[in-house]
Amino acid sequence: MTALQRLFKFHGGVKPAYNKEASTGLPIAVAPTPTLLVIPLHQSIGGMPRPLVTAGERVLKGQRIGGADGNVSSAVHASTSGTVIAVEMRLMPHTSGLSALCVVIEPDGRDEWIQRQPFDFRSATPTQTRDYLRDAGVVGLGGAVFPTYLKLNPGKQGKLDTLVLNGAECEPFITCDDVLMRERAETILKGVAIMREMLRAGQVLIGIEDNKPEAIAAMEIAAQAANRAAGDSAIKVVSVPTRYPAGGAKQLIRVLTGIEVPHGKRSTDYGVQCFNVGTAHAIYEAIALGQPLISRIVTVAGNVGLARNYDALIGTPMRDLVALCGPLPDSDRVIMGGPMMGLLMPADSVPVVKATNCVLVGSKQLFPPPPPEMPCIRCGECAKACPAELQPFEMYWFSRAKIFGKAQEYNLFDCIECGCCAYVCPSHIPLVDYYRFAKSEIWARELEKEAADVARERYEFRLLREEREKQEKAAKLAAKTAAGREKAAAALAVVEKPATTPEEDAKKALIAAALERAKAQKELVHPGNVSDLTPEQQAEVAAIEARRAEIREMAKPHLRQDD
Amino acid sequence: MPRSAKWRSRTCGRTIEQNRDPLVNNSPYFLKPASVQSVMLRVLVALLPGIAAYVWFFGAAILLQIAMASIAALAAEALMLALRGKPLMLFLSDGSALVTAWLIALTFPSIAPWWLAVLGTLLAIIVAKHLYGGLGQNPFNPAMVAFALMIVAYPQLMSQWPAAGATDLAGQLHAIFGTRQIDAITMATPLDALRTALHTIDAKASVAGVLGSNPGIGSVGGKGWEWVAAGYLVGGLWLLQQRIITWHMPTAFLAALFAIAGVFSLIDSTQFAGPLFHIFTGGAMLGAFFIVTDPVSGATTPRGKLIFAAGVAVLTWIIRTFGAYPDGIAFAVLLMNIAAPLIDMYTQPPVFGHKDKRGDSP
Ligand code: SF4
Ligand code: SF4
Repeated sequence: MTALQRLFKFHGGVKPAYNKEASTGLPIAVAPTPTLLVIPLHQSIGGMPRPLVTAGERVLKGQRIGGADGNVSSAVHASTSGTVIAVEMRLMPHTSGLSALCVVIEPDGRDEWIQRQPFDFRSATPTQTRDYLRDAGVVGLGGAVFPTYLKLNPGKQGKLDTLVLNGAECEPFITCDDVLMRERAETILKGVAIMREMLRAGQVLIGIEDNKPEAIAAMEIAAQAANRAAGDSAIKVVSVPTRYPAGGAKQLIRVLTGIEVPHGKRSTDYGVQCFNVGTAHAIYEAIALGQPLISRIVTVAGNVGLARNYDALIGTPMRDLVALCGPLPDSDRVIMGGPMMGLLMPADSVPVVKATNCVLVGSKQLFPPPPPEMPCIRCGECAKACPAELQPFEMYWFSRAKIFGKAQEYNLFDCIECGCCAYVCPSHIPLVDYYRFAKSEIWARELEKEAADVARERYEFRLLREEREKQEKAAKLAAKTAAGREKAAAALAVVEKPATTPEEDAKKALIAAALERAKAQKELVHPGNVSDLTPEQQAEVAAIEARRAEIREMAKPHLRQDD
Repeated sequence: MPRSAKWRSRTCGRTIEQNRDPLVNNSPYFLKPASVQSVMLRVLVALLPGIAAYVWFFGAAILLQIAMASIAALAAEALMLALRGKPLMLFLSDGSALVTAWLIALTFPSIAPWWLAVLGTLLAIIVAKHLYGGLGQNPFNPAMVAFALMIVAYPQLMSQWPAAGATDLAGQLHAIFGTRQIDAITMATPLDALRTALHTIDAKASVAGVLGSNPGIGSVGGKGWEWVAAGYLVGGLWLLQQRIITWHMPTAFLAALFAIAGVFSLIDSTQFAGPLFHIFTGGAMLGAFFIVTDPVSGATTPRGKLIFAAGVAVLTWIIRTFGAYPDGIAFAVLLMNIAAPLIDMYTQPPVFGHKDKRGDSP
């Protein structure tokens, strides 16, 4: 079956050492409940959930402790039963070392669940199902943590051609999807069945890199069973060539369907939507078992004695997982994610969150500091490696020179920050850092410009209002004389006002002006252009915003460093 | 400023010192083992077959020229790095100055006075490279700048080529250091002979006549020179296999040169030399694989590379055929260097998802 699927190539990509075998030798183990759970409220892209509990409160396993806020947001839950000992700022699993609001829970050891009820999504409306999944905290588990309910929408046509399931897992070291597919293929496919129904998807293509034969075999068996049960052959497991970043959503969609979804476009508009296998599993647990997302599979690998995958509660300190694997003495850092795109953690005490697919322990030997940066020799290696088919060295050049407009002309925002360019660069230029810096600067300027535009609009509105008031006064004057009646009507027509008395007009204008002022003020806080973006774009703005301060600081000394 | 944050890993029972220098530690955390140095060194290695053929047919003088140019290049590089306050060892060891030096030595006559290549190299490194900002910043190919300057300044000396078989080292040394008259061992290159004959001596001279009557001219591109060219070809193919250069430039260059020479020799074979002659003579093969392929001063997009290299080939042929200088590659390259940024701008490949109309309006 796998051989029948026609595959497409994506441009570029690299073949780093995969280092995956180390953590696939043993089955998934359940990580012990830690002595303290620190559960960040903000674990998905989008709005920060509101805390629903206060210190001192007892919570049950699966109880909602953070409620989704806004259009793009996702709930969070207590991972076990216990007592909330604090709702306070704690260090986040993010390179910046920023703190954010977390619910700190002291487990009581009883692991007592809330009442769990399967959700009958068949008799619910799609909106109800989506709301349910939002409140169950299901987000994309591939690392992007995009709220899943937003993607379970078939779009304009009301149906989807292809549902792509991403089991490619192309980042070195990470094997959480691999072992999940090996061990829980059946439940993944049950999740797929739910998604398929919600999206009215024609076919399902499960893409897995060909360096995971066990996972492919397991998924194949489960897919055949699912096809038999459904009486069709809609689900196909497709083995895709191993090449980083084959697991990037856009790359995988391209490889499996030949469709290229441009930056900033919804893939549903192209009749395709892509989910991680872990997400399918979480959907199954949420809908069929009534269990919100409170744990995930985490690969612990790198500079450790025994790499392994753990089923870890959200909120477990990373160091607890690391300790289970025996970190080697020369360990010097903890990275969340893989070596190509992972984030360096500010400390090993930060908690496992929904985005934590891997806790990678590093050392100088494993990840040696890069050789000194040299000037770009325009060799084009980066362009050959870029899966987004960009000209990385041009973007680098303009980012470094802070000619951001030009960098944008070279499609800076199509860069997926996969790191392929920096990986191959013979001059060892930290290219991705430059792009992060440039993107954050561009967003900052954009927001500033928006703010300035709003201020200008306010000013122009005031002029308009003054003008109108003048006209209204003239109209009033004119109204006093019977001969001026028609003239008054004309003046009123100019300002597009209904035929009301001039006094009312002035009042209304004042009210309108006040409203407009209030709106403008609000927009100063939330610049206007953000409001009519797609959820994906909003999410991107949010993510970029979050990184801004950090990146600015990081990039500054560097940009000063030479020349 | 690199920030340093120490943190104690309680469960591991030891302190892990974490270097929070943001640029050392941002993703990707590991890099492909590649470096400018290894790229440059492989370019030097790829020149070896051609150099070997050179020594075999034209004597060991070329080795001396390479050595002198190399020393001059390293000295100039060190001086400029010091003046510009750049890390000395890092840049000295990158190999780029050596590549420039070797290309200069190989494009200059091997029995020209020693100071010719040395002066050319100094100009290349100091003016064409460092005054423009150093490695990666030069808009013009430094070796070609050197060639162009020297051939304009010293046209006579730049035309003293060794005769094939005249490999007597003592004689060559005399020539290089100016200790004895050198006529006996020099001769015009085939290109030079052709140009001189067709343009100046005899209006009725023909390509076949000139090439046939000249004992120094071999079967294809000049006795011995065709073997040197073959050596460059071998090295160039190895560079392709090593993925240091892409196929675009050499193919476009050779194909365009072949095509234009072929068309004109078909039109009038008495006045225009044939395509094989053009490809195997002068600096064509060296140019195809080692000169037009200089990434810094050339075009970088795939289509841009094709246009750039084809442009160099056409200009080379025009200068060879109608110009005042024997070989036109240097001027052709410099002219195309000027156009390279523009070529790049107009040949940007479409990015992912923007290849068809559908990408813009779903
Ligand atoms: S790989 Fe590095 S040196 Fe080569 S063109 Fe790209 S940025 Fe420049
Ligand atoms: S990080 Fe951006 S520019 Fe670099 S290879 Fe990936 S997509 Fe291309």
